[in-house]
Amino acid sequence: MAFVLPPRSAHAVGQQQQFNPYAENGGTILAIAGANFSVIAGDTRQSEGYNVQTRYAPKVFRLTDKAVLATNGFSADGNMFVKKVRQRLEWYRHAHAKDMSLPAIARLIQSMLYQRRFFPYYVYNILGGIEDDGSGTVYSFDPVGSYERETCRAAGAASSLVQPFLDNQIYFKNQSSAPGSPHPTHLPLSRVLPLVIDSFTSATERHIEVGDGLEIYVVLAKGSPLQGLETVHGITELTSGPNGERMFVIRRNLKRD
Amino acid sequence: MSIMDYNGGSVVAMVGKDCVAIASDLRLGNQALGVSSNFQKIFPITDRIYLGLPGLATDVTTLKERFRFRVNMYTIKEEREIEPETFAHLVSSTLYEHRFGPYFCEPVMAGISKTPSGGIKPFIAATDLIGCLNFAKDFVVAGTASEKLFGVAEGLWEPDLEPEDLFETISQTIMNAVDRDAYSGWGCIVHVITKDKITTRTLKGRMD
Repeated sequence: MAFVLPPRSAHAVGQQQQFNPYAENGGTILAIAGANFSVIAGDTRQSEGYNVQTRYAPKVFRLTDKAVLATNGFSADGNMFVKKVRQRLEWYRHAHAKDMSLPAIARLIQSMLYQRRFFPYYVYNILGGIEDDGSGTVYSFDPVGSYERETCRAAGAASSLVQPFLDNQIYFKNQSSAPGSPHPTHLPLSRVLPLVIDSFTSATERHIEVGDGLEIYVVLAKGSPLQGLETVHGITELTSGPNGERMFVIRRNLKRD
Repeated sequence: MSIMDYNGGSVVAMVGKDCVAIASDLRLGNQALGVSSNFQKIFPITDRIYLGLPGLATDVTTLKERFRFRVNMYTIKEEREIEPETFAHLVSSTLYEHRFGPYFCEPVMAGISKTPSGGIKPFIAATDLIGCLNFAKDFVVAGTASEKLFGVAEGLWEPDLEPEDLFETISQTIMNAVDRDAYSGWGCIVHVITKDKITTRTLKGRMD
């Protein structure tokens, strides 16, 4: 017998290939709440390892006239999750003839995420928009549904670069205020927009998974002034009807290297 | 868990207009347990060179002594003070001598060097644990909070800051970065080096 296979070595026993159902697609998202507005932003690069899959894959999504959801992590899970949230919001509209409020959407997202506690959506979510009382709001979630209402939050690949910068510039951490004039709890839109753009240009400079494009959604409460939005270049209005919240998106380029 | 993160700690250095600054936290830990809130990791090398050594604490102490010895030998042989650029290469070659069994430190240095025409030039540099030099024109970071330091510094730093503004910038950078890092913090120290003066300030920070 010339061609006899050697016996399987002991090392080969118990070796098997396993399917990995998750990927990490990079990118960063960020949201900041103002007194009567909310800003939700994300870059548009989608990557896997050192490979750029696309330079334009949106991860910030309009849910209702006053709610925007940003997703970051495994983009297939993110897109499916947004699809399912939108479906639940549509069912709510059919049953109640109105849009769901922001705290209700936040709780819905928590239960949808926790339902998948032992096979989670590998996604960090940030929900931004306008509350029923007209205040700007941000809710941030972990992949299994733990959530909190906050003034600002960064998530994703460059969150560790951006969050301490926001602590300093939004929460005024490690800055003492002048006597008699405490730090403001909410910044005006004219301060928030440059901070968002600076955060993303900084993250693009120092993180390889961030870049290509920037999408900034701005939601204005009912009847609030434009606060300088009319002069911002690259802005598109997405408002659906009169006498409601107004929604805008600002599209900018980021470095592509 | 990396051996580089065993004791925690972070350092940052920045360039200003005719000045440089170097800052570090003051924590020494044993993994998550805080041990000391006054562990110095920045050391004066000459009148106008400071060296920061974040990393494994035992190697911080060893390297500090090793560089003291080598700089003293240089001073005796050359009968002059070492220049920052020369010192950077001394650090690099000292670390590379241990290429396959390295000291677990990432040195950061800041100083003011003399130009041939008699002027002065601010100088900063950093190396990795085997001595690969990085001569940056803006700022360098190292330690367990390096990612956070990169993020804040990239947002706050601007060219040609005067000494007082550079102090404010580097202080805000290190404080806000270490507050988001469990392995760094417990107070900070900042040195601002100018042509004829070195200002050292200890900052009160969060103790959690």
